[in-house]
Amino acid sequence: MRDARGDVKRPIGLRLWLSGGWLTLLVLAAVSAPLIAPKDPLMQDLFLGRMPPFWMAGAEPGYLLGTDSLGRDVLSRILYGARLALIVALVAGTLTCIIGATLGLMAGYYRGWTDRVISRFVDIWMAFPPVLFAILLIAVLGPGLMSIIIAIVVIDWTRFARVIRAEAMSQGAMDYVASAQVAGRTRFGTMLTEILPNVLPTIVALLTLEMGIAVIVEAILSFVNLSISTDSPTWGGMIAEGRTSVHQAWWVLVFPLITLFLTVLSFSQLGEGLKDRFDPVLR
Amino acid sequence: MMYEIRDLRLSFPDMAHKPLLGAAPRIEVLKGLSFDVPKGAILGIVGGSGSGKSTLGRAMLRLIEPDSGSIRFDGTDITHLLEDQLRHLRQRFQMIFQDPMSSLNPRRRVGGIIAGPLRLHGLDNLTARVDKALDMVGLPRTFAQRYPHELSGGQRQRVGIARAIALRPDFILADEIVSGLDVSSQAQVLNLLGELVRELGLTLAFISHDLSVIRRLCNRVLVLHHGLIVEEAETGALFDAPQADYTRDLLAAIPLPDPYQDWR
Repeated sequence: MRDARGDVKRPIGLRLWLSGGWLTLLVLAAVSAPLIAPKDPLMQDLFLGRMPPFWMAGAEPGYLLGTDSLGRDVLSRILYGARLALIVALVAGTLTCIIGATLGLMAGYYRGWTDRVISRFVDIWMAFPPVLFAILLIAVLGPGLMSIIIAIVVIDWTRFARVIRAEAMSQGAMDYVASAQVAGRTRFGTMLTEILPNVLPTIVALLTLEMGIAVIVEAILSFVNLSISTDSPTWGGMIAEGRTSVHQAWWVLVFPLITLFLTVLSFSQLGEGLKDRFDPVLR
Repeated sequence: MMYEIRDLRLSFPDMAHKPLLGAAPRIEVLKGLSFDVPKGAILGIVGGSGSGKSTLGRAMLRLIEPDSGSIRFDGTDITHLLEDQLRHLRQRFQMIFQDPMSSLNPRRRVGGIIAGPLRLHGLDNLTARVDKALDMVGLPRTFAQRYPHELSGGQRQRVGIARAIALRPDFILADEIVSGLDVSSQAQVLNLLGELVRELGLTLAFISHDLSVIRRLCNRVLVLHHGLIVEEAETGALFDAPQADYTRDLLAAIPLPDPYQDWR
């Protein structure tokens, strides 16, 4: 008898392709920014300030998306800004995920005093106002890439801990966990080989969401001038600067905003898309 | 004797009535049970919900630790053994669970589910053993590549049985294993279990709330009510001449195909 299961067409996953495509493009742009950026992102030319993008009258050749008030090329700055945004997204997202998910998994599976200690700690942690906490932290640590990453991790690990704890708790009540005990598996082994694969889809969805959030937090911190030095190209910094001249040069605000929007959207959709595609239970 | 159980008592903390400070009051689930399971027996454990039958089963497999009394498995006292000391014994007593969806890890293929316990106990020839187990429960070997959600209820329960017998245990506990299945799958699974028990010389404890299921399979029956044994008898004797009132209630609760017909 022929097994027709392999022939069943899976949905193409438009969501996965679009979000994955945009993020791949962004990664490529970030990696090859020095090669493909038409101008030096830091180079100022006050005679070429607030030049419009290429399709508008009065555009300067070579400045595809126009220039800001100091005459810096918007396109080049967006490309270089992608580097910072992606580093923050990847490093901060991953660290947040590892710390939060580990604690959440332990609290939800072991219960008892482990859970009480971790959960109380999360409760106390979440009582701090996050934005003030971040600003305070960066004020103490001094602005810089490391500080941003630390601020994001310190604030957001509780999100993972909470969600993964609840998930691990409901999985822990399933009979396959008892069945692992009947088979003689250790508690720790059961957590890694039985529970973890079942909370992994949630972890991945949260991780991609967190990467989007990290990009936004970095932008917010740049917006209030607490990110990297104001000179270096960050999307948040560009948006902050574009805001002041939105009536004269809207492109300085709009292009980084669109990039930011698409990136954050792609991160969150990537998580959903991956889940649809690779989770055997939903497939 | 496979199992010798003496004055087994077990209680759970009642968290709903826990005072603000201090320990929660305890609810007694098993109130002193004593019985034996001879080798090769098929023992039915029957009782209504809340009678403690599942708790008794889980205590026999030491998924929970009893408060007092003793459980001897094949001569070894396992009542208060630590998990580390129990581990090598666990190969010898296995369990089939009530809900085959929840007892099979949804993110593992059937082959991996059956091979997992084998690997833990250091057995070799995993693929051959998995194939053999699938053959014995009447599932095609290709099912090893499938996920549990791709199977029907009856097929999943067969996977549960395959996982238990693949280890070649001496004793299997079957906890309400047919209550989630439709009538024809129930009959198939019961027949299969009966054959396997004879073929492999297993000792089986079969927990159910349904006496008609017990009647088909078991040669001895233990009737539990509120954590106490109200009757213990050979299956034939129990159906012919029930001694306890509670047993008569359970017998009266069996739906007969013809309401005016009697059992004899």
